Amino acid sequence: MHEVIKRFTRTHEFRLLLVIIVMAGLLAVFTPEFASLQNLVDVLSANAFIGIMSAGLLVVIITGGIDLSFAATASIAQYTALTVANHFGIGWTGIFAISISLGVVLGLINGVLMNTLRTSALIVTIATLNVFYGVLLTVTRGADIFSLPDWFNAGFELVFHTDAQGASLAINFQIIALFAAFLVTWLLLNRSNIGRQIYAFGGNPDAAQRVGFNVVRLNLLVYGYMGALAGVASLVQAQLVQSVSPTALVGRELDVVAAVVIGGASLNGGSGTVMGTILGLALIAILQNGLILLGVSSYWSLFNTGLVIIAAVVMMAMETKKRHKLVVQGVTS
Amino acid sequence: MHQPEPGGQITIDGHRVSHLTPVESTRLGVQVIYQDLSLFPNLTVAENISIGLHSGRVKAVDWRKIARVADEAMKRIGVALRPDDKVADISIAQRQLVAICRAMAADARLVIMDEPTSSLTRHEVDALLSLTLELKKRGITIVFVSHRLDEVLEIADRVTVMRDGVKLGTYSAKDMSDRKLATLMTGKEFNYECVAQDRPDTETVIDVRGLSREGDYEDIHFDVRRGEILGITGLLGSGRTELALSLFGMAPPDRGEIRVNGQVAKMRSNRDAIDLGIAYLSEDRLSLGLVLEQSIASNITMSVIEKLVNKAGLIRNDLFDSTVSHGINELTIKAGNPENKVKTLSGGNQQRVVLAKWLAINPKLLILDSPTVGVDISAKDGIYEVVRNLAARGIAVIMISDEIPEVYYHSHRVLVMRSGRLTGEFVPGRCSEDELKEAVNA
Repeated sequence: MHEVIKRFTRTHEFRLLLVIIVMAGLLAVFTPEFASLQNLVDVLSANAFIGIMSAGLLVVIITGGIDLSFAATASIAQYTALTVANHFGIGWTGIFAISISLGVVLGLINGVLMNTLRTSALIVTIATLNVFYGVLLTVTRGADIFSLPDWFNAGFELVFHTDAQGASLAINFQIIALFAAFLVTWLLLNRSNIGRQIYAFGGNPDAAQRVGFNVVRLNLLVYGYMGALAGVASLVQAQLVQSVSPTALVGRELDVVAAVVIGGASLNGGSGTVMGTILGLALIAILQNGLILLGVSSYWSLFNTGLVIIAAVVMMAMETKKRHKLVVQGVTS
Repeated sequence: MHQPEPGGQITIDGHRVSHLTPVESTRLGVQVIYQDLSLFPNLTVAENISIGLHSGRVKAVDWRKIARVADEAMKRIGVALRPDDKVADISIAQRQLVAICRAMAADARLVIMDEPTSSLTRHEVDALLSLTLELKKRGITIVFVSHRLDEVLEIADRVTVMRDGVKLGTYSAKDMSDRKLATLMTGKEFNYECVAQDRPDTETVIDVRGLSREGDYEDIHFDVRRGEILGITGLLGSGRTELALSLFGMAPPDRGEIRVNGQVAKMRSNRDAIDLGIAYLSEDRLSLGLVLEQSIASNITMSVIEKLVNKAGLIRNDLFDSTVSHGINELTIKAGNPENKVKTLSGGNQQRVVLAKWLAINPKLLILDSPTVGVDISAKDGIYEVVRNLAARGIAVIMISDEIPEVYYHSHRVLVMRSGRLTGEFVPGRCSEDELKEAVNA
């Protein structure tokens, strides 16, 4: 056990955790609202969309790929699912079925293109981002949907605390979905052989093929999985803001990329953990929340996110350099 | 991975097999250890060894089984590696062991090793060869693909020679000598003659006096004359590459002085060294010597591109083209088109491109660090010929290598380095190759 803890203290995740603890501690001292349960629920709900997507993107990035089209995928999924829900009597199961399967189909398009073109994932998904988004805007003419079914707007929640004034704290739809996405992704990556194949493929694609892993299927799986989570995240977002806008989600891809990269995943593939991604997300979320509570203009938020990314990248570069030095010494001594 | 053309047959254990896939071959007990090892740098030693457990249908990972299989595989061949280390963090020789353990974990009965020694030092090679013999004792069949003839003859029972995709024959290793083998492989008779017994009586180009660098080398004295080839040999870690980098201005010495053409040279960077007419061909051709993704022409002109410009600072195409064609002709580089990427060339021709790049600066001193690494045997001879011609033109050459025959047959003098010190000077022709070998491995 001691060895496990010692190993953990040398990881990127451990350092992120320290930064977060220090930051949260300072915020708790300076703003009374920060350390309240209500604020925790609010922060979690507000970041559920980004969080669920980051779980999906983590899997893609571990294979050495990238996906920039998922926000467009999510937009299509939520628009279609809730338009159908407004006209036909389908319930939660129905809208989940529609948005997830649409997400998977659009994700698989990316996967098929990756397998057949064997070109950079960046350019493939920029292309599909435009295609998906273009189709959505053309079909919907950019119109928002403001009236959603009552049962959807009501959502669902597990009340765990009601205070003296009768205000209740609850674990809501957003939080449940967020935790479920991270849990499933963790199980996939660490407890299934497919997850280990994903890491292996990201670490050395040629070797993965030589060992006999079906890399074509792995590509389909990761982009399909990303699409499925985009489908889930889209409903989470729509329920939170109680409306659907075809233009609301596109543009938030980079926040998701940021969370995963701050969490220690390398864009070269092969590395990245669910724990790291959760911490990366937490860092961005707490920073933004804290600055708002401190009364700093929200216009500063982008600037701060940028600084955090730079700091995280510097930290990772230093870790890599240190490790490299150790290897070189190990070889010559 | 590749399907042979129809008509041929592969028989394994008396059964004809037609469509072999990596999974199928593994099931039949065939394992390939690739030249690049095909390991996963981001995964641990244990997971790399047990990677086969991840194949097949969707299932839960059994981490204990992974640890157990890896441990058993390592024990079976007496290897002790820390199972939780990432492969990226261990040495090349240790990675080789991981690859062999992986073959063991897959219950291999036939192990095909593709150039397993190409990136190992002499000591590591010896360890690998004895491990290979150990596998053989346990009844494992081994196909050892290599162009290092001494290794092949040391461990093989039978040797099959291939040239240009055609099998020339299979011979008993007992009746073979490495010279006979070399002739068979290349269809050429080789010149096994030493350069000359005496160093040329010309002016000194570089004079190194009492050079030391903390932790790398100590109290180094030597000089090299115009037209002389000085061999420096020694095991990895003997400080030879660090010494070369100091002569090239990239690792400043702590004490001592370097004189170039009689003048004390204070070099702060390799730019200063290049200005003094010193060129250094790195042992790592693929990542330091060449820009693989760029054309032959851009690689050749890389060292002088700043000088091929007009007054406005723009590149002059006529100078550029003449530099390229001069380099290609001088070194007889077999390139269809100078615009082709360097990575499309063979190892020997790539090395010629690196040489052309350095000859473009008109060097007075050429330092060659392992000039024939990854160059196949017939092309090696060509490189040696080039080096001899350059020396004959009056360039002073320092040739660093851990291949004893390389320095023995192609230098006027050979210095032996060990643990950062010069421990001997030999004149090939006045001593035998074996004497030199003993001095290095002593």
